[in-house]
Amino acid sequence: MKTAEGLKDIIKPENLVYRKSSLITDKPFSYCPGCGHGTTHRIIAEVIEEENLAENTIGVCPVGCSVLMYDFLDLDIQQAAHGRAPAVATAIKRLMPEKFVFTYQGDGDLAAIGTSETIHACNRGENILIVFINNGIYGMTGGQMAPTTLEGMKSSTSPYGRDVKMMGNPLKMTELVAMLPGTCYVTRQSVHTPAAVRKAKKAIKKAVGYQKKGMGTCFIEIVSNCPSGWKMTPVESNKWMEENMFAYYKPGDLKVPAESDADAENKNEQ
Amino acid sequence: MAKVKGSIVVDIEKCKGCELCVVTCPTKTIALAAEVNGKGYHYAYPANPELCIGCTNCATVCPDGVITVYRMKI
Amino acid sequence: MKGNEAIAEAAIRAGADAYFGYPITPQSEILEYLMAANPHERTGMVVLQAESEVAAINMVYGGAGCGKKVMTSSSSPGISLKQEGISYIAGAQLPCLIVNVVRGGPGLGTIQPAQSDYFQAVKGGGHGDYHLIVLAPASVQEMADFVELAFDLAFKYRNPAMILSDGAIGQMMEKVYLKPQKQRSTEVPAWATTGKTKERERNIITSLDLDPYAQEQHLLRLQEKYREIERNEVRFEEIMVDDAEFLLVAYGTSARVCQKTLQLARAEGIKAGLLRPITLYPFPYERIRSLASHMKIIVSVEMSMGQMVEDVKLAVNGQVPVYHFGRMGGVITEPEEVLEYLKTKI
Repeated sequence: MKTAEGLKDIIKPENLVYRKSSLITDKPFSYCPGCGHGTTHRIIAEVIEEENLAENTIGVCPVGCSVLMYDFLDLDIQQAAHGRAPAVATAIKRLMPEKFVFTYQGDGDLAAIGTSETIHACNRGENILIVFINNGIYGMTGGQMAPTTLEGMKSSTSPYGRDVKMMGNPLKMTELVAMLPGTCYVTRQSVHTPAAVRKAKKAIKKAVGYQKKGMGTCFIEIVSNCPSGWKMTPVESNKWMEENMFAYYKPGDLKVPAESDADAENKNEQ
Repeated sequence: MAKVKGSIVVDIEKCKGCELCVVTCPTKTIALAAEVNGKGYHYAYPANPELCIGCTNCATVCPDGVITVYRMKI
Repeated sequence: MKGNEAIAEAAIRAGADAYFGYPITPQSEILEYLMAANPHERTGMVVLQAESEVAAINMVYGGAGCGKKVMTSSSSPGISLKQEGISYIAGAQLPCLIVNVVRGGPGLGTIQPAQSDYFQAVKGGGHGDYHLIVLAPASVQEMADFVELAFDLAFKYRNPAMILSDGAIGQMMEKVYLKPQKQRSTEVPAWATTGKTKERERNIITSLDLDPYAQEQHLLRLQEKYREIERNEVRFEEIMVDDAEFLLVAYGTSARVCQKTLQLARAEGIKAGLLRPITLYPFPYERIRSLASHMKIIVSVEMSMGQMVEDVKLAVNGQVPVYHFGRMGGVITEPEEVLEYLKTKI
């Protein structure tokens, strides 16, 4: 009884330390249990809310598991054709340069069918944020091989494991775009532990700042899990991701703005 | 020394029982319920509420944003 | 001024917000003119050379989704590449202008003018049940005039509009009267994605609805819109039809050829007349149907192997014989050969 009374004392508005962002709608996420899409949606919403950007944000969602992102985020959102989100976002930003524009794309969308749009938007240095969810598989269509599927990894279209001689090598899009002069901030993050989530959120926050300053394309890869596609429990999938995905897709910053730009940013923050 | 006490509220019907909060909880406050919710998931709940320190780890990793966290100094 | 240049200058003057394109013969002058004319300084209009036709049409989607006056242009093979995006634009009910300066196909075909994209333009083109509003200019003047008309119709009905021209009119030089410069509109349509304010629900631009009943309702609303367009927006021109016994039906370059044919025919005492559809969708079915009862025969003249003739036959509905005459592959029909063909059918 003592405990129950104690709890009542704690659960008060003034003691609130975490609640989901008000930019998350009441509609339950359509994602499978444990999927990193939900966590990534959450932190994007948190950053936009904390930066007070909701009225000035236009999101672009892809074809794939997150095609219904507009059901879950209380923002103006355009749903793009498969792979074309960077082209759609290019026009939005060029026509409304004062808005915060981001795309949200999976590995099939961004690294296969949308390679051209991704490379060229980054090469032009479009002032947009591209959030790239890489779980090494096509989740929506039922677990087929993606360009990012690891060597030897099984999928419904590589049932004996990815044979790189026959199917090609897993594609490191993030390394590719980091080489382009148009990108200003390229980083690889994850959202499977509290520390990782906090870091990923910080990265999104940085990207918001860089976009405000018109510094070029920000590209954030989130290495994520697909428990259903990988046929694992969520906890197992995160462990597998750490042991296998991180070995090939190393987390960390690939490109950060030059010192002077970063200094300018720090000054502005103060 | 000021002690910290926390408490969590789980939106049980939206929980998908993925267990990510359970394994990340440093004080073993959370467990999956033996019962299921309307969707058929064994939902997360504070099995040992007196252990909670309000660290927000569970809410931070929750893909569905179903956990709200409170904390106070006592 | 060239037809292609007239489109470009008219777009700036109509207050277009953006143009996204990719070079392809015979319409590259549109992008070239826009780049040289510096519309960004004149009106703030955005002009961007995209990495592909696919990217260009998706840029149009993005810009149109913000409620802006956005356009693209291409020629036949490029328009084929744009079809996915056009289908999405139609599904999401976005207004925009797509210019097709048609060249001969299929495949890479030829860079010479043709009218072989009629079906693609008026029957949908991409996947799904939809229509574009299709305007067919027959002069450089109409190339210019139809830009603003197309934008007006597109916004009135929240539907993509197409100017279906061809390489002959695109490359042809004629005198053209251009309208004075209009300001770019500052009006924001209620459905546009410009950032969700607290005063309204969020705006979503999408063509997706996974619930079949909801999707069906959406498609029925599109159909209602198309019926409304068919009631209100049919446009055509008639030349010497009042006493005509033989009716030619032709649009664009073919209609210009047929005007000459009319003169030749009349000189020989053959009472020929011409109906020139200006809107290919909506097609002037009713007018052709009522004219048919006064005619002995009808000939559809097209620079294709016979596409519009199917719509002419639908309009005539068996009242009188309907024939097709056309050249293709980039060959422009001669007025004399149209007359010779007509004589074989009289």
